[in-house]
Amino acid sequence: MKKTISKSTWMTLLCTAALLALVVLLENVLDPNKNIMVFTALKKGAVYALVAVSMNLLNGFTGLFSLGQAGFMLLGAYTYAILTIPVAQRDAVYYIYNGSAVNFSLPELFGGGAFGLVLGVVAALILGGCVAAAVAWLIGLPVLRLKSDYLAIATLGFGEIIRAVFQWDKLGPVTNGANALKNFPTFSNFNIQNANGETVLRLSTFTAFLLAGICIAVIVLLINSTYGRAFKAIRDDEVAAEAMGINLSKHKRLAFVISSFFAGVGGGMFAMFANQAQAKTFTTAMTYEILLIVVIGGIGSVSGSCIAAFLYVAASEWWLRFLDAETFVGGFKVPLLRNGFRMVVFSVVIMIVVLFFRRGIMGDKELPDLFKKRRKEKAK
Amino acid sequence: MLKIENLHVSYGGIQALRGISLEVPDGKIVTLIGANGAGKSTTLRTITGLVKAASGSIQWNGEELLGKSIDKIVGSGIAMSPEGRRVFADMSVLENLRIGAYLRKDKEEIEKDVQWVYSLFPRLEERSWQLAGTLSGGEQQMLAVGRALMSRPKLMMLDEPSLGLAPLVVQDIFSIIGEINKQGVTVLLIEQNANMALKIADLAYVLETGNITMSGTGAELLANEKVREAYLGKNG
Repeated sequence: MKKTISKSTWMTLLCTAALLALVVLLENVLDPNKNIMVFTALKKGAVYALVAVSMNLLNGFTGLFSLGQAGFMLLGAYTYAILTIPVAQRDAVYYIYNGSAVNFSLPELFGGGAFGLVLGVVAALILGGCVAAAVAWLIGLPVLRLKSDYLAIATLGFGEIIRAVFQWDKLGPVTNGANALKNFPTFSNFNIQNANGETVLRLSTFTAFLLAGICIAVIVLLINSTYGRAFKAIRDDEVAAEAMGINLSKHKRLAFVISSFFAGVGGGMFAMFANQAQAKTFTTAMTYEILLIVVIGGIGSVSGSCIAAFLYVAASEWWLRFLDAETFVGGFKVPLLRNGFRMVVFSVVIMIVVLFFRRGIMGDKELPDLFKKRRKEKAK
Repeated sequence: MLKIENLHVSYGGIQALRGISLEVPDGKIVTLIGANGAGKSTTLRTITGLVKAASGSIQWNGEELLGKSIDKIVGSGIAMSPEGRRVFADMSVLENLRIGAYLRKDKEEIEKDVQWVYSLFPRLEERSWQLAGTLSGGEQQMLAVGRALMSRPKLMMLDEPSLGLAPLVVQDIFSIIGEINKQGVTVLLIEQNANMALKIADLAYVLETGNITMSGTGAELLANEKVREAYLGKNG
């Protein structure tokens, strides 16, 4: 039995490596300037996949219905941005507040250059996750006593409060008030350039995939550990789980903190994707988007969340984009196509998907499960 | 040995247990019988720490259990199979068993105990990868008992294992309870099926509206006129 487990692990690793290689290939073969949408969708998809998986850990595996994801992403995004804006750029970014209260930048602290950039960005992302996790621990103390819908409302409130706090004028020297933080390293900083400033090897999308991939892998390992089993037990039956000796409050807090950590890292990555961090982008609507991805992908399926994240982002940002443009066919204006029509069609598509996939695209199965079944049927 | 003394438990204003005292000697099967609402389940839930007691004491091998957290109590060798089975429906049979061993760290011994449970319940081994929610009622009960055994308890408490099961399946389950007891596990059994429970029990207590009204060996109570009238049906 042990052999088959290691075999499937190898297969997963191999597939992931192949996927990453494919991303690098795609990025360097296709011209990003002509295919902006493809790479926007891929990068945003990777970020959303991570956040959706972190939400799934809480909603799908532990059975805690929380809607604070955007709030934790905001914490991660701001921490990342504040820690990585180059010192020379700070006055320009914080011009309203006459410079920033934080006068260092992690990539520069680590010596600058490529090495400093990688280390600084990774450290800032992890710190962003830690800030989100610490805040989650604090609000978890009172909030996790609540159940189902009540927990959802309390966490929703948290998201709103945190957004208001970060736009507070008094915090301006740190958070830049309601203005955006920008000029920090983004995914495109990871493209390798030669001495003339020409891009030799594009790695921006690859970076997004690698970071999200590592985080998701950690979450998958957690889900498959004894802790993950305890989370699932709590989801299935709290009383029975307690009777097995599982400490409910401890495990719920653990799931909440870990989920928030990865939401924070995802928030930092979202800032890298969007080239800016601004409190007003992390609205409740963003949490709903992620919830939608989790539900469409299948509550309790990591691979479902990943697939749904890419489908969702691609459909909303790329495939349906033409519906928003007024189109003329030989002097005849195509009816209905106008700004905003995209969202109408998109909503209808989502309704149809939910009607046909009652438990999401994947249900609570994972991708490898599908192959396993086929193999079993063959064996019969 | 588990020793309960003068235990009072109330839910809000309602007194569920009004000062009960009982003993569960090592290696025996002890049964608590009584009607609905007599306080049987409350007794078990108080022992595991799911319900807080108002006063009294529960001593487990000389150690006070009241006020301890549930994981400590389970860790000290007391396992419970809750009423209504409560298996983890969306997890496989094997995962359910592993959860039962949640507080243990000895991986090899856990694997051995999985095999032990499978030898007690061969039906479970056949369905090892099946989701627990898809099992029949009898199989789910077997799984609940097996899951409780996975913590390698010294005392196993079973809350109405015969609930909603066909008579033949009930006989199976009871014979396995006897088998488990022979292998050295003390059993505290709660039952409405007084006939089956008293036949298997070394010691029995009758609980009525929060008080223990009768006690004795299983055979004594089985022969007792009042017990026959109230729980067995006089002609039965």
